[in-house]
Amino acid sequence: MESRGIDFGYGFLSQESSFDVQFSLIEYDGSHSYFRAYLVGLLNTILVSVIGIILATILGVLVGVARLSPNYLINKFAAFYVEFFRNIPLLLQIFFWYFAALRALPLPQDAEPMFGISFLTIKGLFVPAFIWQNFNIFFYSILAAIIAIVVIRVHAKKLQETQGKQTPVLLISIGLILILPLLSFLIGGVRLSFEVPVLKQLATTSFIYEGGVSLPPELIALALSLSLYTATFIAECVRAGIQGVGKGQKEAAASIGLTPNQVLKLVVMPQALRIIIPPTTNQYLNLTKNSSLAAAIAYPDLVLVFAGTALMQTGKAIEIVSITMFTYLSLSISISLLMNWYNKKIAITEK
Amino acid sequence: MTKINFLKPDKSNLNTFLYLGSFLFFISVLDVLLNSFFSLNITSFLPGFLSYLLPLILGFIGLYFIRIELSGIKQLDLLNKHINTNNFNAVLSLLIIFIILKSIPPILSWFFVDASFAGDSKDVCTGSGACWTYIKVWMRRFMYGMYPNGEQWRINLSFIALALLGSVGYFATEKFKKYLTLYYVVIYPFIAFLFIFFFISGGPVFFDFSYGIIAAIISIIIGFFIPNKFRFYYFLIVPLALYILLKYFIFYEELIELGKLDGLNWVETGAWGGLSLTFIISFFCLIFCFPIGMAFALGRRSGFPLIRYISIGFIEFWRGVPLITVLFMSAVMFPMFLPADFFIDKLVRCIIAISLFEAAYVAEVIRGGLQALPRGQYEAAKSLGMGYWRMHLFVILPQALKLVIPGIANTFLALVKDTPLIFVVGLLEIVGMLNLAKTNPEWLGFAMEGYVFAAIIFWIICYAMSKYSYNLEQKYKTDR
Repeated sequence: MESRGIDFGYGFLSQESSFDVQFSLIEYDGSHSYFRAYLVGLLNTILVSVIGIILATILGVLVGVARLSPNYLINKFAAFYVEFFRNIPLLLQIFFWYFAALRALPLPQDAEPMFGISFLTIKGLFVPAFIWQNFNIFFYSILAAIIAIVVIRVHAKKLQETQGKQTPVLLISIGLILILPLLSFLIGGVRLSFEVPVLKQLATTSFIYEGGVSLPPELIALALSLSLYTATFIAECVRAGIQGVGKGQKEAAASIGLTPNQVLKLVVMPQALRIIIPPTTNQYLNLTKNSSLAAAIAYPDLVLVFAGTALMQTGKAIEIVSITMFTYLSLSISISLLMNWYNKKIAITEK
Repeated sequence: MTKINFLKPDKSNLNTFLYLGSFLFFISVLDVLLNSFFSLNITSFLPGFLSYLLPLILGFIGLYFIRIELSGIKQLDLLNKHINTNNFNAVLSLLIIFIILKSIPPILSWFFVDASFAGDSKDVCTGSGACWTYIKVWMRRFMYGMYPNGEQWRINLSFIALALLGSVGYFATEKFKKYLTLYYVVIYPFIAFLFIFFFISGGPVFFDFSYGIIAAIISIIIGFFIPNKFRFYYFLIVPLALYILLKYFIFYEELIELGKLDGLNWVETGAWGGLSLTFIISFFCLIFCFPIGMAFALGRRSGFPLIRYISIGFIEFWRGVPLITVLFMSAVMFPMFLPADFFIDKLVRCIIAISLFEAAYVAEVIRGGLQALPRGQYEAAKSLGMGYWRMHLFVILPQALKLVIPGIANTFLALVKDTPLIFVVGLLEIVGMLNLAKTNPEWLGFAMEGYVFAAIIFWIICYAMSKYSYNLEQKYKTDR
């Protein structure tokens, strides 16, 4: 290494980065340090992973359940979806959405408003921003509602175990989570208004929306393809999990007089979850790692910002690549620790 | 005629309900059909909102009427059981039927009706459909990358030869069956390597290759006349000796002269690309990652703490990082640790990186199989006096691998789907070539066709692989 005239060190992290990033969650421009650029990339990676995980889970569970539907059409439709999206490379899907599908969207000045307030254009999705007054009171009210729900659930479980009384926990929970924030609006002085994106002319033919929240097309393409791709794997996990619960379990539950809903909630789901969680964790990890493909469509994630631009500028290949790899390792390990904890919580407690 | 309660279809008025329901269902489907194929709206006299929802409402009522349990008509019962069990299912079924009907015409017209196939320039692509001319013109680039047009027969020939050599297993007689494993694990990859290295890469080294082939052919022909007893030693020594003899003592100079005249041109790996590169990379990574993965799977269950911790560290490291950073590392970081005059080809670095990466996943899959075997198998093998290697080779691994066929197939599929990532180091296989073609100023605006084309190819490859693995799984399934 010395023979090539490379000096090793992490001092560059505090130097001025002097490059700009298109999309960042925290305040950032060229005058900030490389470390801040690293944070920008990391946050963008986490953002797209979280969006992807949420969407993929919802879609995956729906498709997985649909795969078990007795309805022939739904069953085949779900199977078609799974076979179709699973067998096409993710990178190709990202390119497809970004370069082919999203490029077919209208220009900002031609865009039709969706629900009157949002605009989906070639330059991204523009949605209204929430402007809060006294947001902290609203936040506390939601926190209070959650705490109250937890307390009630614990109490209800105790009642069920000691006296066999059943409390309508779900209704009470929904009521609490609706009523307490509503009270904060009525009494607490919380106000909510929207900042609607407005079309603005930059030059004779160049338009852009100002105000509100804008999601860049890179983020949309990436989140869409990641969730569509990963959902197929999650769907298969869900299907395997539900099929893995023995028929005898359901029949036994029905024969002691549980209603179909109770069978699902008290017998099938707890057992199915135990089968579903470990492989689904793997899929979450894969999704997080796959989000690094963002570099291919110039979404400013960790790989593009740090292992791309910063590396080109500083030439500190070893330091930067090792930091990037270490970051992904820590992300992976933290997700798997979290899911292991959840898995342990729902696992059978053998005596 | 009894009184009809329209809210409660029953068997006594079967015919009435059947005709009425079928009629309504038929009308609703017809409405959507006309709308999507001929863009006619037969319900345009109704207010917009109602006209939009009418097919759904009519279809729903129709399906409600024909939902008669145990009607005695076989087809009707089957229909009810499959798509019409309750109201919710009926709505979902209707929606799916409508989506399919609605999406067929645009897809058909884009793919075939409005698409342009003829010609060889952009001018023919004026319709609203796909421009398959673009794919046609760029086909060679998508298949062979930047490989010179005149030399592409070398890739074709190598692939055909390798495919033929690979299909030997299907024609082998009982006598040769026992050598098949050896053939596929050692000899075949070696031949493939020779083909790729000398034939596709080309250059004066090609004559090394030709010596090798001549030596092999001559020694095999003579080999038939050698008595069985000496055959093993014969094949150990003679081909190599013949090769050296040919190369260094007989007509060397003459062939060099010949090579200067019309030898195979050397094509650097940077020019390789397209689908053929996808195949080359997947092939070698598949071959390499399997034994490495197996070694680490055994290492992770080893009794020696050092080996165990090294294996765990290796597996967890590779599984924790994304492939793209691994390739980054192989491209940017790896050369820095090598001596200045030492150079490893880009493609080779890529293959090593992907193989190590996938090996970690293979290791975890195989470990799952090893753990699933009952303890008794290990103990039984040991009690027969088998050592570690014999126990694993003859008892444990055959059973464990049988169990994990689906998992290994999934890993291999993931590998094939990961090959496009090599664009990071500047190698352009089919997806990379598409991106390059897309930016060509003469052919702007055909991104969609390119991606659809590549998607179809990858889909066929991956689907075929998954079906094949399913067949293997069924074939080796033993009831335990």
